[in-house]
Amino acid sequence: MLKDITLGQYFPGNSPVHKLDPRTKLLLLIVYIVALFTAVSWLSYGLCLLFLVAIVAISQIPPKSLIRGMKPMIFILVFTGMLNLFFYAEGTVLVSFLGITITTGGIIRAIFMVLRILMLVSATFMLTYTTSPIALTDGLESLLSPLKKLRLPVHELSMMMCIALRFIPTLIEETDKIISAQKARGADFESGKLMEKVKALVPILVPLFISAFRRADELATAMECRCYQGGEGRTKMKQMHYRRRDISAFVTGAIFLAAVILLASFSL
Amino acid sequence: MTPIIQVEDLQYIYSKGTPWEHVALSGVSFAIHRGEFVGIIGHTGSGKSTLIQQLNGLLKPTSGKVLLDGEDIWKDKATTRQARFRVGLVFQYPEYQLFEETVYKDIAFGPKNMRLSEEEIDRRVREAAGFVGLTEKQLQASPFDLSGGQKRRVAIAGVIAMEPEVLILDEPAAGLDPEGREEILKNIEDYRRAKNATVIMVSHSMNDVARLTDRLLVLNGSALAMDGTPDEVFARADELLKMGLDIPDVTRVFLELKKLGLDVPPVYTTEQATRALLKLKEGK
Repeated sequence: MLKDITLGQYFPGNSPVHKLDPRTKLLLLIVYIVALFTAVSWLSYGLCLLFLVAIVAISQIPPKSLIRGMKPMIFILVFTGMLNLFFYAEGTVLVSFLGITITTGGIIRAIFMVLRILMLVSATFMLTYTTSPIALTDGLESLLSPLKKLRLPVHELSMMMCIALRFIPTLIEETDKIISAQKARGADFESGKLMEKVKALVPILVPLFISAFRRADELATAMECRCYQGGEGRTKMKQMHYRRRDISAFVTGAIFLAAVILLASFSL
Repeated sequence: MTPIIQVEDLQYIYSKGTPWEHVALSGVSFAIHRGEFVGIIGHTGSGKSTLIQQLNGLLKPTSGKVLLDGEDIWKDKATTRQARFRVGLVFQYPEYQLFEETVYKDIAFGPKNMRLSEEEIDRRVREAAGFVGLTEKQLQASPFDLSGGQKRRVAIAGVIAMEPEVLILDEPAAGLDPEGREEILKNIEDYRRAKNATVIMVSHSMNDVARLTDRLLVLNGSALAMDGTPDEVFARADELLKMGLDIPDVTRVFLELKKLGLDVPPVYTTEQATRALLKLKEGK
């Protein structure tokens, strides 16, 4: 049951999107988010959607997994949609009851907002689906490295993130194992009142915390044994290089952003 | 007599419908009778751990059936829950699942979930502690203050306290020193004798399974490759070796002796080896 969590999961692959430099993908994501928030019309939204669909198609990620990742978002989507639908009053009034009015403007705005969130989340998923966590942190570290001059511990932060990401699957597996073991002893996690359900978590959380601390301790020892001493003078096994495909990706991204801004400036 | 456990054409696929889809078991069928001591061998990834989790209803078969005493364990929710108590499962490295403040409370976790009376719980905890040789003082200690081998025994007692008709253990002796191994294996045998229970043990130690079990199931590549007495299974030593499995040390020695031209029968325990050698000596 825990294996169903797909948030931020990496789908190994060999597509051009997978092969892009992680920095390119991170920057393109920022470009895309900026474009999304500049978009104001059907035409510009359509352009954003087209761009996203193109990336999904090229990446060969099954669209099903994108939809599955969207499931936890349903509440936010519905909430945002409702809020805009009921409280945005512009355009022709369609329905009016109990002090709530639904207008054409409200409907359009609700659709836009929901679409925006959907595309924003999908784009982020595309980044994490096509980039391994290690590549992602490497890219982030490299992009943030100018901040070292401001004494920000960039390497340490990225190492922490890297370790955290690395251990998510391990801890999920561990949790699964502990749940199975306690179930084998008749633990019941499904039925009962709220308090009973909370109490039922103790047999999972105690062993999980103990094992997390044990792992942290072992990892720290192993790192020290290999003379880890922070980012100073540390080289990388996988050097990152911008290649031709990165340049084409940047050019495509720039043209896309320019087009969206142009459309927005004409309020199209 | 109905077998206590019956597995019919079992198939299990992990993460079905995702890029990680993986067939863990396919076409597995066998029956286990009351009181048998069954060993399951197979190399890593052959489906042993998946198989034992099917037997107590932790995993639901993708297709096929698991019958406990002739009844499908997935018939309804109550039957599945009952199966968890009737078939006790001790996972690999079970000591990592201890969580209570005292050893006593941890062992009592299973019986409590069975909703037994206070006196019955107390009786079972003390009896289970007795089987694995835990003292009164240790019962009141925190499980996290014990040594590795003692923790392991607490965890096993936690399952034994449910008095399961079938006790399944996944490598109960892994990672223990020789003395600890012997003790754990003896505890298991004691429980089996006292309760006339059925025991299923997954193990990588061919010496242990050869010595203890009456029957062996060999898993290879998600399927049941062999099913027979240790005699029958270890007679096919070359096939086992081909699967990447080991054979008992004495069996290996005797196979070499045979190659040297000595007239020795195939053996798989030290007792048999001693007898065979004595016979050989008398013959001369």
